[in-house]
Amino acid sequence: MSEQERGTTATPGGEQPPQEPSVSHRLWRELTTGNAMLTVLSVVLALAIGGLLIILSDPRVQQAAGYFADRPSDTFATAWQSVSSAYAAMFRGSLVDFGEYSVVRAVRPLAATLTNATPLIAAGLAVAIAFRTGLLNIGAEGQIILGAIGAGYIGFTMDLPVVVHLVVAVLGGVLAGAVWGGIAGFLKARTGAHEVIVTIMLNYIARFLLAYLLTIAAFRRAGRSDPISPYVAESAQLPRLFEGARLHLGFLLALLAAAVVWWLLTRSTIGFRLRAVGFNPHAATTAGMSVARSYTLAMCIAGGLAGLAGASQVLGTERFLSSGISGGLGFDAITVALLGRANPWGTVAAGLLFGALRAGAVTMQAETGTPIDIVLVVQSLIVLFIAAPPLVRAIFRIRVRSRGLGAPEAKGWEA
Amino acid sequence: MIAMHRAAVIRVGAVLAASALVVTACGEAPEETDAGSDGTDFVGCMVTDEGGVDDKSFNETSHRGLVNAHDAGTISEVQVAESHSTADFEPNVSSMVSQDCGLIVTVGFMLADATAAAAESNPDERFAIVDFQYTDEDSGEPVTIDNVKPLVFNTHEASFLAGYLAAGYSETGTVATWGGAKIPTVTIFMDGYYDGVQHYNEVHDADVEVLGWDKESQDGQFTDDFSNASLAQQYSENLIQQGADVIMPVAGPIGESAAVAARDAGDVALIWVDTDGYESLPEYSDLILTSVVKGMDTAVQEAVEATADGEFSPEPFVGTLDNEGVSIAPYHDFSDEIDEELADEVAELEQQIIDGDLEVQSDAAF
Repeated sequence: MSEQERGTTATPGGEQPPQEPSVSHRLWRELTTGNAMLTVLSVVLALAIGGLLIILSDPRVQQAAGYFADRPSDTFATAWQSVSSAYAAMFRGSLVDFGEYSVVRAVRPLAATLTNATPLIAAGLAVAIAFRTGLLNIGAEGQIILGAIGAGYIGFTMDLPVVVHLVVAVLGGVLAGAVWGGIAGFLKARTGAHEVIVTIMLNYIARFLLAYLLTIAAFRRAGRSDPISPYVAESAQLPRLFEGARLHLGFLLALLAAAVVWWLLTRSTIGFRLRAVGFNPHAATTAGMSVARSYTLAMCIAGGLAGLAGASQVLGTERFLSSGISGGLGFDAITVALLGRANPWGTVAAGLLFGALRAGAVTMQAETGTPIDIVLVVQSLIVLFIAAPPLVRAIFRIRVRSRGLGAPEAKGWEA
Repeated sequence: MIAMHRAAVIRVGAVLAASALVVTACGEAPEETDAGSDGTDFVGCMVTDEGGVDDKSFNETSHRGLVNAHDAGTISEVQVAESHSTADFEPNVSSMVSQDCGLIVTVGFMLADATAAAAESNPDERFAIVDFQYTDEDSGEPVTIDNVKPLVFNTHEASFLAGYLAAGYSETGTVATWGGAKIPTVTIFMDGYYDGVQHYNEVHDADVEVLGWDKESQDGQFTDDFSNASLAQQYSENLIQQGADVIMPVAGPIGESAAVAARDAGDVALIWVDTDGYESLPEYSDLILTSVVKGMDTAVQEAVEATADGEFSPEPFVGTLDNEGVSIAPYHDFSDEIDEELADEVAELEQQIIDGDLEVQSDAAF
């Protein structure tokens, strides 16, 4: 943003809210007041279309379709087999594998789901809480990276006693993420710089910062010339919850974070302020609330939550830092928050669903050769349907009674 | 990452388009036969890194090795697990372990830890890892894991020849290179290229300059990303403006941006890497002076075929000019433009390197 522009939009003391674009406000309304049924139907619809794609992309079905006129039953049989085996593999890969001989091995897929869900929940909350304050936090990706850098660095360089090390490392990650998120919030509050632009740019900075750090000696593993960090010291690792799976304490931290966010939003004064600002910044100003402070605070909290996601990835799941530590989690988190209707428990549910999709996709790909990209398409379709409720209503012929816009709380997942 | 998602959508779209073509629905039904009765029962598996199996680079080339082995009938099935982020590595490798894989090929240094861990907890499973060799943390000496075969390449030997050729071909006296990331598998190309040019300068008392990489300081131009095509093009344009008339981009798919820049500028030639660019980049084939070919497909194919024959060994495969694991591609359209003398010199150097009379060095060599 040029000096001149900043001059015109800067508001002394930042008390005056920047003009809220009406599109994001309408989206906000739609998301916080939409009903749970619609969400479920969107997921079902997306899975159905995903199934169609699996059928169409299966070479065996294509082959059978080649002689459709001659023996149509083949096409249907292979199509059914294709989609059922793919989704069955997805189920086995994400929940329970009944074919395994021991209980631990049978529930390992579930552990994989929860492991995948951990960063999605934490980062999803980061997007959700910003959303409740009327901010679109596209920067979870960068905040995750900063969190991972902070937690990782403390994890593999410092030498601290057992419990202390872990606590310091996690807090370091949360703090690093909070600072990164806070930058965007502060700039929005002070200069009116749009948070979408700022967070996107900060994502790039974070990514290249990580790429740079991995080239310097302090972040390099001994004996390796690749950009890969040392392992996090054992004292700083989030302990695994049970043998033979990667599920770790970070998952419980993510659930705890969800509880804290829920309490913050619904039971605390701060949360009331954030929601009031999100609902109508003008009214909030009139009521004597500081919009600027709320923006900065919301983005700090958001950054801290994403930082927690980064910390749990580096201290729990991966245990070392590499350039792909975030791998698009921050963008999936946006989807998770949208699907969760920007509601803490909804975000947890959505994070679990996406974690299951990711875990199942791995098995589906390995067992049936179905491209893993199908899952990305399913995820994207879910967002599409959620963003276009009339489409889903039309497809399922749902009639809606016109609802008042007064309901500030989603009644979906909480009910 | 957004770009990655888009690529995925395009890929699925392409599959749909292709299937639509196939669905003409008028063929004849085949007779019922027993499928897969060709005698072999060996599954070749692969776990890609974040690039995915169609990265026009090392994942794709390694995968081709498995496909070629399948086409040749030595293995019965090819299974691939694509990774989209580092978090996918461990689950992908484990899911392959739980399949009936005869050999699991993992691609790239990023998968080194996941592969080592899986190899350790599954001593009966066999692995091959492309582009990575385990080393001792303290001494830096190579370490052998009994069930992991490293497939690595001394590409600097071949890129030395390419550098020599570039220096001899250049009219402006300036040649250039840039890389996708400062990692050993990239810089090894640049080291050889740099030395090749220096060698030309020595032999011919010339003063050809290399832009984009300095072997002594181990520093140069990198996009730090294998997907940022516009940055890649900008780098290439800058290098051309500084007088370079031969460019070697070492960056997988976005190397193509150098071709775009070269086409715009005219009179600029390219040296492609990994595969013969004359074939893999047909729309720019007239710009390809030569290519530094890294035979990952051959290496993977040989490893999987040896394993299928019951002759797996954890002995690393090191691709060299000698065993044709690395090579420089034919000059194709440039055959007439390159002095016979220069071509002979390059051929002679190649022989010298093979015979061990000339040693090419790189910190990243194996």
